[in-house]
Order: sequence, then C-alpha cells, then structure tokens
Amino acid sequence: MSIDENTAARVAKLARIKVEDEALPALASDFNRILGFIEQLNEVDVEGVEPMTSVTPVRLKRRDDVVTDGNQQQKVLANAPDAREGFFAVPKVVE
Amino acid sequence: MTDLNTLGLAEARDLLRKGETTSVELTEACLGAIDAAEALNAFVHKTPEIALERAKAADARLADGDAPAMCGLPIGIKDLFCTEGVPSQAASRILEGFKPQYESTVSQNLRDAGAVMLGKLNMDEFAMGSSNETSTYGNAINPWRRGNDEAALTPGGSSGGSASAVAADLCLAATGTDTGGSIRQPAAFTGTVGIKPTYGRCSRWGIIAFASSLDQAGPMTKSVRDAAIMLEAMCSTDPKDSTSIDLPVPNFEAMLTGDIKGKKIGIPTEYRMEGMPEEIETLWSDGTAMLRDAGAEIVDISLPHTKYALPAYYVIAPAEASSNLARYDGVRYGHRAKLSQGDGITEMYEKTRAEGFGDEVQRRIMIGTYVLSAGFYDAYYNRARRVRTLIKRDFEQVFADGIDAILTPATPSAAFGLGEMADADPVQMYLNDIFTVTVNLAGLPGIAVPTGTDRQGLPLGLQLIGRPWEEGELLNTAYALESAAGFVAKPAKWW
Repeated sequence: MSIDENTAARVAKLARIKVEDEALPALASDFNRILGFIEQLNEVDVEGVEPMTSVTPVRLKRRDDVVTDGNQQQKVLANAPDAREGFFAVPKVVE
Repeated sequence: MTDLNTLGLAEARDLLRKGETTSVELTEACLGAIDAAEALNAFVHKTPEIALERAKAADARLADGDAPAMCGLPIGIKDLFCTEGVPSQAASRILEGFKPQYESTVSQNLRDAGAVMLGKLNMDEFAMGSSNETSTYGNAINPWRRGNDEAALTPGGSSGGSASAVAADLCLAATGTDTGGSIRQPAAFTGTVGIKPTYGRCSRWGIIAFASSLDQAGPMTKSVRDAAIMLEAMCSTDPKDSTSIDLPVPNFEAMLTGDIKGKKIGIPTEYRMEGMPEEIETLWSDGTAMLRDAGAEIVDISLPHTKYALPAYYVIAPAEASSNLARYDGVRYGHRAKLSQGDGITEMYEKTRAEGFGDEVQRRIMIGTYVLSAGFYDAYYNRARRVRTLIKRDFEQVFADGIDAILTPATPSAAFGLGEMADADPVQMYLNDIFTVTVNLAGLPGIAVPTGTDRQGLPLGLQLIGRPWEEGELLNTAYALESAAGFVAKPAKWW
C-alpha cells in the first residue's frame, strides 16, 4: 500500500490539520515508512482471534445515571480563547 | 549533613520523623537546586510559592503526628498532569496558557498525602517521543555525560524532565507516565528507578490523554524503596476513571524483604535482538546471574509475538491519539490561530491544529486518522487489536507456567546525543521502545532498575515485568536486583 500526495492531503483534511501543498510529499513519504513498518502485522495468523477491547478482564464499572456535577459555568469557560455572555464563541457557522 | 535535595524519599521521611529536618528545609534545598539547574531545562513551570505553602502545612501536620509517608517530601510533577491553577500543557503549544480548574486524581492523592509540588516537568509533546526533543519548551538535558565529552545527551522520553530532575537531585522524586516505555526508558537513561504499574492501578483522570488503553502513571525515584513508597501514594480506586481497578492498595514498602528464593525468573528468547550491543548482552546476563545468586530459578521462556508489539503499538497508540487529541480545536482551551477575513470554523480548526501541534504529534494524529478511516479500519486497527490479544496471551501462558517475573534489558542502548536521531526516519526513534512496549500492550507492571554502566560511564538499566496487580512482588524482585547490582554512581555536576 503506497500513500500518494492526494491521500496525504485527504488524511490531513480528515484530521483537521492544515498542511501546505509543498509539505505533502515529505508527509506522504513519512506515512509510507511508518505504514511499511506496520505491514509486518500481515505476517501474523489472527484467524479466530478476538480484537482486544479491554486489557484487564474487568467489566467497566457502571454508575447511576444521575447528575453529579454542574453549575460551574465560570470554571468551564475560564480557559476559553473566546468566551462571551457565558458561551464559547466561534466564527460564524451559519450564514 | 549532605545536601538535603540529594536525599531519597525514604531517607528524607525518616529524618522528618526524627525531627532532624523540616519540609521547608527540604523544599528550599530543592528550589535552590532547581534554580541552579536551568541548563538541564527539566522544570518548565516552577511553583515555589505553592511549594513553600504546602511545606509549611506539611511541617504542621508532621508536628501533629500520624502523617502519611509522603508528607513533606518535595517532588516534581510531569507536565501531563493537570494541576489546579498551574500551567499544564503536555509540553504542547496548543495548550499554551491552559490552567486547569481541577487537579488530576494522582496529583491530588500525592497532595492529600502531604507531598510538596515543586513545579512541572518537561516532557515530549503529548508524551509522544523517546528523547524529549518534541517539547515546545525545548529539550530537557540528561545530567549524565560521556566521560569528559560535553555533548548534550537525551534524558530519554517522554518523561525526560522527570528523569533528568531526579537524577540531578532537583527533587526527591517525580511523577511520570508510560504509554510505550515513557517511564522505564528515561529511568534507564538516567540511572534512576521507574515503575509503570498494572493498567488500572493509577487513575488516569486529569492526566492529559495520549492513548487511553495504554497510558499509566507511575513514580520515578532514586531507589526501589522510594518507588514503593510513592506508588502506594499514587494508586487509588477512582470513580472518575471507569478503568480504575477496585482492589485494595497494598503497603508495597512492607513487601520489600529482598527474599526471592525459589522465585522463577523468565528470560525471553525473543528479546535477544539481532545486533544488540555487547554491553547490553553483558548487562542482561550479569543481572540474570545476580537473581540466580539471590536464590531465584532462571528459566528460558518464549514470548513468540514480541516482534509484532511495536508495529501493533504504532497502529493502536496513534489511533487512540487521533481520537483523544480531536478535542484540541481552539474552542474551549489553549491556542486559537489568528484567522483571516472570511475564515470559517473549519479554517479555525485546521489552522489552530497546524500551529498548535508539533511535527511528531501531527504525524501520529494523521497515521491514527488513516488507520481508522473507512476501508482501512479492519486491515490496520482491528488486526493490530487481534495481535495485541496474542501478545497478552504470550504473557498469560508463561505466567500460567509458573513464571513470577521476566527479566529483560530496559533499552537497546545507553542515552544517545540530542540531535543524533534528527535525520533518522521516525521508525528508528520508535525502536527505543522495543523492550518496553509489550508491557503496555499486555497491561502488565514493569520496572526499570539501574544495574550498570557502559564503557563511557553512562547508566544502563534492566527491566523486570511482573504479573498483573502484583506490583508488590515485582518491587521486591527489583529490590533484590538493586541490592545485588549496588549501582550508586551519580552524574558529575557540570550544570
């Protein structure tokens, strides 16, 4: 499997990371080296083996579906790059 | 009296109990050492006011009696831990200015035990790296040098600042985190002890996430005894982390008897890598002999899927990272890019993330995005998770056969020079984790213990891997190895 510049650009888009056109060839080549390394996994016989979902044989804990926290608007917004009138502010999404 | 900052946790605790020193004195000694060690770039956010305030409180608590073991002991905290009101940015530009409004469970546990936070420690960006060279703060430097050669060496990574600070006696101990070897490799590179407990022992709540199914916190210390003391204080059952285990935390220190008679130590054939330096071979066989002399039975074992651990890791860890790091979007915290006229929300995300993440982090997010994308999910991600099952099964098999612990090298080499790997392809750097990464994939406890030096005088470490939840027994085996090795070398002070 070889990754070309178009695929690299598509992955960058999916990851929401702006990559300049001139950086794409180097990125594609990095991907190919890393994926080439990962390809070794194809040598392993995984027939009938379950994909791991939890490394410890412990059932995820459950809790009652009740409100345990809240009323912390100021703390929630304290680190926002742009907070106005009690909300996070972002560029206009809808025209 | 020796300089107080050079003490370990156990020694300092005992002096505090005897009233021969105070937490304020210990803390001031460390703060002085930190100020004199700018050249190491280990502490990246200093918190002297917080430290002295907590030291005074600890002294009062000690005077009242009945204080926990960590009370009054000054430590450093890796920048990956959220600490209330104190910058916590995972050594990333994208979290510039972020001051958590809450405290991570592990650092809260230490705080509750009376430990004194001196500041935040350098690391690889989002814990992605093996040399501390991906940090937005610049490189952390290893206090060790190759003889009289002044070339700056890496303290390892990702917990490079923690390792450097402990080795240089800037603090008595430090917290680290380990996703693929990030506690054990830097410990080995700096002649310090580092343990990654069983997955689920330490709460991950409030630790900035890299790969959630692999991440674990652990202590980085000057001795195995110190590791036992600090690990006990860090562990807890935490309702805020659903993978936190519901098991009592033992008194690990009380389990350090040094008696390992009759214990079965496995030596895995597959860790004898082609092209392994002779010094590492020798270190390993010396360590094996020490455990045998201490009464353990040495058994050759096989972990057949070892070779596939690194490639599986480089699917699973980036996949989880791409998901975890999706939250850095310039909306709720940290950096937001300056936008041009007409830029919408997508441009805001893309520019913010391009500016905020360094190259290695971007690379891993995108690899993760790729292996999770439609059409590749089965071929890469699901296959890697199947291989992970097989890797864990390898360990289950040897433990079922009666093996108590496994001895391996901690790293394929001693600390390398900063910049030496700059032209290597990313995979070369990944090979640093070759002996440690299996342990994360299998969720097991692993500890690095310094046992020797290379011909240039740099420290080298061995790794012991234990059964799940049996950190106490693992620490005891490590204690026996440490006692036999008698590693006492310290870096000559040049900073």
